[in-house]
Amino acid sequence: MSGFPILSLMLAVPAVAAIVCLFAGDKMARFVALGATLATFVLGCILWANFDVGGAQWQFTERADLFGRFQYALGIDGMALMLIMLSVFLMPLCILASWDAIKSRVGLYMAMFLIMEVVMIGVFMAQDLLLFYIFFEAGLIPMYFIIGIWGGANRKYAAFKFFLYTLLGSVLMLIAMIAMIGEAGTTDIPTLLNYDFPAAMQTWLWLAFFASLAVKMPMWPVHTWLPDAHVQAPTAGSMILAGVLLKLGAYGFLRFMMPMFPDASGQLMWIVFGLSMVAVVYTSLVALVQSDMKKLIAYSSVAHMAIVTAGLFAFNQQGIEGALIIMLSHGVVSAALFFCVGVIYDRLHTREIDRYGGLAKNMPAYSIFFMLFTMASIGLPGTSGFVGEFLSLAGIYEASSWVAFVCTTGIILGAAYMLYLYRRVVFGELTKDDVKAMPDLNAREWTIMVPLAAVALWMGVYPESFLAPMRGDVTTVVARLAPAKPAGDARLAAGKPRAAEAHGETAHGSAHAGGVQ
Amino acid sequence: MTADLALIWPELILTIGGLITLMLGTFVGDRNVGLYQLSSLLTLAAAAAAVVALIGVETTVFSGTLSVDGFGGFAKLLIYAASFICIVIAPRFFRGGMRAEYPTLILFAALGMGIMASSRDLMTLYVGLELNSLAAYVLASFMRTDERSSEAGLKYFVLGALASGMLLYGISLLYGFTGTTDFAGIAKVLGGELNIGLIFGIVFVLAGLGFKISAVPFHMWTPDVYEGAPTPVTTFFATAPKVAAMALMTRVVIDAMGPAVGAWQQIIIFLSLASIILGAVGAIGQKNIKRLLAYSSINNVGYMLIGLAAGTQQGVEGVLTYLLVYVVTTLGSFLVVLQLRDDQGNQIESIPALAGYSQRRPGLAAAMAVFLFSLAGIPPLFGFWPKYLVFEAAVNANLVPLAVAGIVASVIGAFYYIAIIKTMYFDDKSDTEFPKGGGAIVEDAVITASALWLSVIGYLFIPVLAVLSASAAAVLF
Repeated sequence: MSGFPILSLMLAVPAVAAIVCLFAGDKMARFVALGATLATFVLGCILWANFDVGGAQWQFTERADLFGRFQYALGIDGMALMLIMLSVFLMPLCILASWDAIKSRVGLYMAMFLIMEVVMIGVFMAQDLLLFYIFFEAGLIPMYFIIGIWGGANRKYAAFKFFLYTLLGSVLMLIAMIAMIGEAGTTDIPTLLNYDFPAAMQTWLWLAFFASLAVKMPMWPVHTWLPDAHVQAPTAGSMILAGVLLKLGAYGFLRFMMPMFPDASGQLMWIVFGLSMVAVVYTSLVALVQSDMKKLIAYSSVAHMAIVTAGLFAFNQQGIEGALIIMLSHGVVSAALFFCVGVIYDRLHTREIDRYGGLAKNMPAYSIFFMLFTMASIGLPGTSGFVGEFLSLAGIYEASSWVAFVCTTGIILGAAYMLYLYRRVVFGELTKDDVKAMPDLNAREWTIMVPLAAVALWMGVYPESFLAPMRGDVTTVVARLAPAKPAGDARLAAGKPRAAEAHGETAHGSAHAGGVQ
Repeated sequence: MTADLALIWPELILTIGGLITLMLGTFVGDRNVGLYQLSSLLTLAAAAAAVVALIGVETTVFSGTLSVDGFGGFAKLLIYAASFICIVIAPRFFRGGMRAEYPTLILFAALGMGIMASSRDLMTLYVGLELNSLAAYVLASFMRTDERSSEAGLKYFVLGALASGMLLYGISLLYGFTGTTDFAGIAKVLGGELNIGLIFGIVFVLAGLGFKISAVPFHMWTPDVYEGAPTPVTTFFATAPKVAAMALMTRVVIDAMGPAVGAWQQIIIFLSLASIILGAVGAIGQKNIKRLLAYSSINNVGYMLIGLAAGTQQGVEGVLTYLLVYVVTTLGSFLVVLQLRDDQGNQIESIPALAGYSQRRPGLAAAMAVFLFSLAGIPPLFGFWPKYLVFEAAVNANLVPLAVAGIVASVIGAFYYIAIIKTMYFDDKSDTEFPKGGGAIVEDAVITASALWLSVIGYLFIPVLAVLSASAAAVLF
């Protein structure tokens, strides 16, 4: 496989398909988009199959001096691979989810989704700072159209808010990047990862990046664009927004802020911890009182992302691995939950929780899937959510037991709002006539539900498939952060671990066993 | 003297070509549009060819009053190209009202702008500027029977005369306190101690030039003139004279005032931030697309001034790249505006009438969306790149607060750009019909080419642009 530009091909397939869709008729556009996203997914599988776990940090690298000042440089490590897999896996499902729901300007819609795909996987592939920024920002345009044209009643407001909010955040990051390029004299990300910026500069750079990534994440208190965007976006738009776009922020934390500004990260971690703690409790409580299903899931996303940030800034192997697993798990599960909302929205055209009730009687298959994803969102053992939350909370505990304490309440509150939602929608008396008339899942919806459910269970039962490619990268980041890491308050005493085969790592085996005892 | 003539071929060609076009109009008549169009376009092409032939020559002519160099060449090519397009699009707009004065005036304006861009003496500067301005005043009121057009011409003339007065006053002060009108001589004196007279001179010269580039607070004429002038003339105003004035300003600031950084830099920074912010905020309430584009041009001039404020070669390179991309974007967007006609053939300028435009003319709407996102500087569109360059220059020149303020204000600017896109794409169709087939092939081709170039394709040209702008900017340092 070496030498074959598979990453460029993965960018080219959806890009070409997007242009075709612009000029194609409605029916043809749907099939072109589905074909292209499936083809990209197959390419992604080939990529994963050929990824050498434990091999070089950067694989499949491509480099072309196309732009003079910066390079067309692509390459992936394990973290990027997993997030690319998440994106290419969700895309065909998004296309299927909008198969019947989107009736107007289908060609434009499909083109926007395909551009979205190019941009998202481009972000994870970019190995050049400016190329990264271009991909990072480019996502605004298709999402603006997706929300604004095919969204709900208040879509224009939501589209504006989404666009301006995220733009305002990211422009400061651009200034920081310019300063970094001026200081280090290169735009090459692997080089910058090992460049030691002066300590005073790090603080400013860190704050500028934080301003941008915290909005993308989104962290409390700059999360307010998210509920609006989610509620107004079409189902597939919410799926991709929650599934992948929210991961860009955390990816930026892990790729840029932590390894590039380790000292500043160490000094300013209290900001992240503080905001995360507020977010976990506050947004969970807000989720509890929502009457709109999509809004509820949107607030739950903010809460989950807060555990991700806290896990990342634990600065240890479990915390970061756990955060990565939450990102993947939340990508699948929240997309699935938004799809679950979309299924009943398509039938009744309302997202009001009170309008439903008793679905278990007339939509049993739907109720089972919804139950599974609800449990995965809560973090029931055996589902993907458990693995991530457990690992990251174990890591956070090692760094600060108080943060761990507050974040754990988020899990409890999460169970409260999700089960409350589930009870009101699925259980109870089936009294409303229009709800009675709702048919169960059709073949297309089954096709979407089954892969999502399969992955959620796979990640819960055997997370090693997903952790293995990322472990080496996490170790690298942890090693880079080690000098800046403050002492935790957990005062861990190393136990006597048995052979560390289950954890697959030797250097951190003892700490690992200590953290979970 | 005759040797000098061989080095100003572009100017000579324009003078002769302009006179021929005028004669053609007088003796053959205004009806023969094709004939004088052809002669004016050929003149511009020949002048551009002469500029290309002079590439690599770097000298001064006529006792050092005019320079022949890469910087002037870069600006002239842009000016001629923009003038070319503005002549091409005119006949379809004016229909029966097309007269030979239009291409003639544009040719003379282009001549004046060429002199502005390559002057290195305060007197040639003023002559070039006035030659351009006089042509521009007449062009603004070209539709004699239209009230708005006459009003635009008069406003432009009165305010332009005021600005010329300020400029001349500044020139006289600089001359009085330095004893020379030569840029290099002025720079030598400014390198020493500054006295109040010199500072006043600098301020008045920059104020006069600020009027020409329509930087805030000297921008008041812009929206009215842009709105009132016939659309091809507005297209012209928004492109070629901006290039000339910006090139002139750069030359004056770097060449003549270079050593007195402390004196001019804060003025440029103020002009820049004021233009960015007022250009953005002022645009928000606009209901007329031409007025809106006027504010957008004020806003963009602010970003160019960020590059100039840096005062480094990198900054000037940024300004030149910015000018090029700005001209392409502006030409493209005005060509789209030119095609906005309802079924009676009336020009549509109101933004609310554009509601649902994407469903009536998807191609044009998409091109307009590209231009607007590009003007807003959203990557991956190419408008991002020149913005990046000027910000980089500012950061590297230790003007981080300026860069931060500018980039944060760009979010305000983004608001009104995406608001038009919202009108075109999200809103329900308005009652205005936009029949198909309005555009000539040339116009469609220019729109398509510029939209494609401003999409990701432009990035492939960065190496070329870097070489061009670097060799042009190097002249000043």
